[in-house]
Amino acid sequence: MATDREKPTELVPLLRKMWLIRAFEEKVSALYAMREIMGLLHLGIGQEAVAVGTCSLLRADDYVFGGHRSHGHAIAKGADIKRLMAEIAGRATGYCGGKGGSMHIVALDAGFVTATGVVGGTIPLALGAAFAAKEKNKGQVAVVFFGDGAGQAGAFHESLNIASLWQLPVIFVCENNGYAEFTPLSSHTLIERLARHAETYKIPSATVDGNRVLEVRNAMSKAVQHARKGKGPAFVECLTHRLRGHYEGDPAKYRELSELAEWKEKDPIARFMRELKRRKAVSDKDIAAIESDARDLVEQAAQFALDSPWPASDEVASQVTA
Amino acid sequence: MREIAYYEAKFEALNEIMAADPTVHLINGTFLSLSPHRHVYQALAKKYSDRIMSPPISELGFCGLATGAAMAGLRPIVDISTGSFIFEGWPQVANEAANAFSMSGGQTRVPVVFHLFHGLRGGGAAQHSASPQAMLWNNPGLEIVLPSSPRDVKGLLKSATASDNPTIFVDHVQLLDLKGDVPENDTPIPLGVADVKRKGSDVTVIATSYMVQRCLEVAEKLVNDRINVEVVDPRTLVPFDMATLMTSVEKTGRVVIVDETHQSCGVAAEIAARIVETGFDKLKAPIRRVATLDVPVPYSPPLEDYIGPRKDRIMEAILAVLR
Repeated sequence: MATDREKPTELVPLLRKMWLIRAFEEKVSALYAMREIMGLLHLGIGQEAVAVGTCSLLRADDYVFGGHRSHGHAIAKGADIKRLMAEIAGRATGYCGGKGGSMHIVALDAGFVTATGVVGGTIPLALGAAFAAKEKNKGQVAVVFFGDGAGQAGAFHESLNIASLWQLPVIFVCENNGYAEFTPLSSHTLIERLARHAETYKIPSATVDGNRVLEVRNAMSKAVQHARKGKGPAFVECLTHRLRGHYEGDPAKYRELSELAEWKEKDPIARFMRELKRRKAVSDKDIAAIESDARDLVEQAAQFALDSPWPASDEVASQVTA
Repeated sequence: MREIAYYEAKFEALNEIMAADPTVHLINGTFLSLSPHRHVYQALAKKYSDRIMSPPISELGFCGLATGAAMAGLRPIVDISTGSFIFEGWPQVANEAANAFSMSGGQTRVPVVFHLFHGLRGGGAAQHSASPQAMLWNNPGLEIVLPSSPRDVKGLLKSATASDNPTIFVDHVQLLDLKGDVPENDTPIPLGVADVKRKGSDVTVIATSYMVQRCLEVAEKLVNDRINVEVVDPRTLVPFDMATLMTSVEKTGRVVIVDETHQSCGVAAEIAARIVETGFDKLKAPIRRVATLDVPVPYSPPLEDYIGPRKDRIMEAILAVLR
């Protein structure tokens, strides 16, 4: 599992996955702009390295939980992009039959247990999956992605305490993108590094550059091994930035253009392409092919979604209770 | 027939459930509130110490933990204990557990039980006497169970645990010492089956939880006045057995609903609306509700007594629909 010994060519799938997520979300953004799809959309463009670096180390039977900005997490865990796109488009063929939508992705076949529209809402749920994993004793772990905004929620603190107290195999992955919705983190808390909270609860933690996929992967490798071996929870804080607004349509006036430009320089995909090229794992031609393959797959997914039927109205009363 | 106390029947159920299914964990509490019978829990705690968890006072955390564990294949039973405390875990119960099955398009099942004690308990005041079942009934995706007898608590707890849905098990401390018949090896009572607790022909009294027992006492008193009361106990709000209720309503044409949630948008209000929509033409008199007055529950004994569905108010309502 250690990433240092890996051959550079073995890392190419990470780039493919990051491109798949980027192409997927750019397509979602375009379809939204064209009013082909509706709904409240939160894109994680610029944060792909966290999802991919984390999920690249997980087993199919590990449990992953997300938040409202989780298209990338689901894809990284192996969700089918056709069914995902159809869900975002509100179609009957979507993962949730059009009842969940962008914020409530569930792809159980891929081990993506659930996202949530509520900041911090899945943190206690991940605790429960970790509790079940511990009972089943098959070495599974639970991973939960959340943003810096969740760090001020009660659910976050209650969960860190219980995870630590009961030594549950859960990995808290904080995507610290600097903004809780429309507000810089500094306006919500005096604690600059959310990993500090993990220290308070005696949970081993690391803060890494979330725009460097191998750095995320390295930290996650240690965290996952720790949890799998039954040594309890771990916390990885990934410093990153979303290159879009909080939601699609957000003019993002709270953010200086210079800050955005700075982060664009640190684009995780461009950075990783440069690194793989430097390490002779890919050529320019390979890189072009990886991008165009991703865009082709996404086009097919979009076509599938838009060609799919709307859910029938009489479906609405089904699936209220099992 | 064997007669045992309500709390004993409840513990038989927990014991049998734990023995039959290793995926059941008990999370928090004693399932007996502050009852003097708490010692019976110790025997259970000893027997299944590896499956009985005692979390910190973090309802949000442990209601979510139980929900997530249910999503991952376990069948936890959470003791919220005092019903008012469910508000501390509300986001996980109402917004995560309740929505998961629908929101996932049927992918996710959440077989968790949230157990709580509701209602007027004697000095609980406004923050320890809530009856949150009406609010929860307004939140699709949850099953809601309200036992009222020793036999029901045992049979319904088994079905609630076996259910693949998040289920609110609404208990009442005033029932714990009630004695009643519970056959050995009794079969579980399915959710969604109302029970006619007393047969009668003049008036249908629909009552829930502890109010069933109170209404049975009132019914006995009215025998002297040659009034023959039928007492129907829905036993579960979700699923709801309308057919049994309507059979009784069609027979008597007169309905009183007695329930301990607050009156406005309460359990009685919803049941009344359903009866009116289904069988207005069967009614010979307006439906009367006897619910808890729309005030925060006061502490002082005479005040607490005054706001609840007292026997004299139940009696008065029955006489009113018979006029």
